[in-house]
Amino acid sequence: MIKMPWVIETKSHRSPYAPLLAPLVAVAITVCTGIILLSLRGVPPGKALFFLYFSPFSSAFNISEVFLKMAPLLLIAQGLAIGFRAKVWNIGAEGQLLLGAIGASLLPIFFNDSQNPLMLPAMALIGGCFGMAWAGIAAWVRVRFNANEILVTLMLNSIALQLLFYLVAGPLRDPFGFNFPQSALFPEVGMLPILVDGLRVNISIFFAVIVTLLAWLFVERSMIGYKLEVGGTAPDAARYAGFGEGRAIWIALLIGGAAAGLAGAFEAAGPLGQLQRNISPGYGFAAIIVAFLGGLRAIGILFAAFFMAVIFVGGDIAQTSAGVPFAVNIVLQGVLLVTYLAARVFVDYRVRFGTKRRLPEGAH
Amino acid sequence: MKASSDATISSSDRDQEAPLLELVGVTKAFPAVLANDDVSLRIQPGEIRAILGENGAGKSTLVKIIYGVLVPDAGEIRWRGEKVAIRNPAHARALGIGMVFQHFSLFETLTVAENISLATAQSPAELEPAIVEFGDRFGLPVEPRALVHSLSVGERQRVEIIRCLLQDPRLIIMDEPTSVLPPSGIPPLFETIRKLTEQGRAVLFISHKLEEIRSLCHQATVMRGGKVIASVDPAKETNESLAHLMIGRDIPHPEREAATPAENAAMAVRGLTYTPPDPFGTILRDISLSLHPGEIVGIAGVSGNGQRELAAVLSGETMLPSSRRDQVVIDGNACGDIDSGKRRSLGLAFVPEERNGRGAVPEMDLTKNALLTAHSFGLTKRGFIQRPAARAFAERCIAEMDVRCGGWDAEARSLSGGNLQKYIIGREIRLQPQILIASQPTWGVDVGAAAAIRQQLVDLRDGGVAILVISEELEELLEIADRLHVLFRGHLSPSIERARANTTLIGDFMTGGFLAADQAPGTASL
Repeated sequence: MIKMPWVIETKSHRSPYAPLLAPLVAVAITVCTGIILLSLRGVPPGKALFFLYFSPFSSAFNISEVFLKMAPLLLIAQGLAIGFRAKVWNIGAEGQLLLGAIGASLLPIFFNDSQNPLMLPAMALIGGCFGMAWAGIAAWVRVRFNANEILVTLMLNSIALQLLFYLVAGPLRDPFGFNFPQSALFPEVGMLPILVDGLRVNISIFFAVIVTLLAWLFVERSMIGYKLEVGGTAPDAARYAGFGEGRAIWIALLIGGAAAGLAGAFEAAGPLGQLQRNISPGYGFAAIIVAFLGGLRAIGILFAAFFMAVIFVGGDIAQTSAGVPFAVNIVLQGVLLVTYLAARVFVDYRVRFGTKRRLPEGAH
Repeated sequence: MKASSDATISSSDRDQEAPLLELVGVTKAFPAVLANDDVSLRIQPGEIRAILGENGAGKSTLVKIIYGVLVPDAGEIRWRGEKVAIRNPAHARALGIGMVFQHFSLFETLTVAENISLATAQSPAELEPAIVEFGDRFGLPVEPRALVHSLSVGERQRVEIIRCLLQDPRLIIMDEPTSVLPPSGIPPLFETIRKLTEQGRAVLFISHKLEEIRSLCHQATVMRGGKVIASVDPAKETNESLAHLMIGRDIPHPEREAATPAENAAMAVRGLTYTPPDPFGTILRDISLSLHPGEIVGIAGVSGNGQRELAAVLSGETMLPSSRRDQVVIDGNACGDIDSGKRRSLGLAFVPEERNGRGAVPEMDLTKNALLTAHSFGLTKRGFIQRPAARAFAERCIAEMDVRCGGWDAEARSLSGGNLQKYIIGREIRLQPQILIASQPTWGVDVGAAAAIRQQLVDLRDGGVAILVISEELEELLEIADRLHVLFRGHLSPSIERARANTTLIGDFMTGGFLAADQAPGTASL
């Protein structure tokens, strides 16, 4: 065994504020990293700070953008967190979102002249079901063949993206769209109502907040949520109590898929108004970070989704105003996740330098 | 500082030497309780010292202070005459204090040799011969290359004992080391302990088995409510007098009358053969067993002989393929292929041998742990948890079983093993089962509470419940069981009626003495 010059040991006493501290530290480091990155691209630090973290609040339009991007992040992260608490690792929210968008688009594309006010709710329903079905594939092969859900959901993302490319280039392409790979524009009844005239933010943010409340209720109060949590924290206790593992996997993945599918439907019916190749700037992946940053708790995720939306909007602004590449966004997301995970370690453990090793202490 | 109570009582010649360890006026308070109140103690080289007390008497706190896990609020520790502040267990080990834990501190995904290697400078390969040799010498057989997760509780404890002995300490703290040994394994261990002390080592022996303390220990320090009540020569005491000192009153023995089992079996196993997926597990071979309402059936045997596998097949944690579903029958229904939740709805309740992580979720509070198996007893409504009802259920379990804990919101892992066990048993009894299977029901539970649990099992039996007790404590089975089977290498012995049960016959069965007879046709037991 390799001997390291340090040991990592369990903290005997942990501060009640420590779990709150980890995301704050991660956020602080991410803010600093953003400034450093932009400085390296020749942007003065003060300006970098402004572009990335203050400009998202600088105008009504930018604030509206923050809430527009917060909605899908919040929605997806709440669904994912329920699965993650049960230790079911759904990495495929991006694909489930795309399927949700595809499913929801079918109605407005094929009934393009419709005036039926039920179209929007039907789109949301179909979108949720498509996302659920896509996640259901992973649940089925996991329960039936014990195929790892991380790999399956991850690979299904690529399949979903290719499926979308095929559909917008072929069967769902707008026949009057000059061969652009995109669908016809949705009719009015297939669009989410805008909250403030002239801005893009729509009612999806309300749905995301409602889903947050439902997620809280599900996790903290429902018996199914309890069973999922027992399965995640103590699998032997779940088997002892007779909470089936297969059922937990199905429920965890279907909830995550439904939330992502709904987010996809809202993207198509919201800012885009059509099905196109660029439906999501990586919401499905960013939501994984949001879920963890929020401590897998409904209320924490609310704040985490807000911060992540700020990074998205700040990155966009920096891109257009200071000419930094879009990759800055992705780098910052990565920094956020890695620093959070690292900081989280120090909530339960501490590092002690020195080569002497201690036994794990049994009783406490 | 008042004089040590030890010095006034003890008059053995060992007192003439300098003490190995001396505690003076050690006090440790926790927010709710004064765990150690002015404890003074003196251990001489070569001494075997018993610490005797109920759960919550302060034994664990005292041991943790000696082992450096806890720092005392007041008082002094002197090691070989010098005042020391034991900073942590590594420091304690460096001084020469070793400990065999009651809760195991082994990594489940590593092998036995790898686990022991973590505590020493040697590689697992170098340790293997030493592990085998210690196993032979002390009657602690354990396969060095077996993965710890595949070991039974008993085997894990053997690993703990070997690990401690390999570090060659001057003072060895043993927290109930005999509780999982077969009767035949105890005299060799005692012989080892005596040999160790002949070389000047001292042993601090924590046990609730009064018989063992009387035959092994030179001195017994009795604790109650955090205080040292007395220090006595256990050889001059009787079990009753020791128990009286310990709990402040006489221990009740379960009152039992002859069983009146009903005719139809509540649960039956027919020709069960099961090969566990774990290569280190025990294969169950052609097991047949029936359990009638109103009787307690005991399963004796040394751990690792198939108890774990049998309990899991009975509880439904291990499910059989549906082609063999009729090998397990509950109330006439073939149910070998249904999960533990569905078996519970048929009236089965189960107390597993592992409390943390199986019988309870360590990270959850006692209220949430009540939900684990009691959720369908009015604790949920339309799929939502009824928190007041769940809390009331938890509070009743705590009160009825006298669980010492911080209350309904205490996390399960904050309870001692014995207290958590009381909680789990209380919860399972409150489910009003028709069949109760209990695996090691009183392991690690103090005498007073263990007696109460046994009495409850007998009362349940009298109420018409069919009870199966899987235990390594033969005295316990002889006390409460109406008939006994012995499990040996996955074979189940014929049933032994209570009247015929004695240690000689059972000891013979525990080493496979029944096998030749059992394999002849027509003598299979039911």
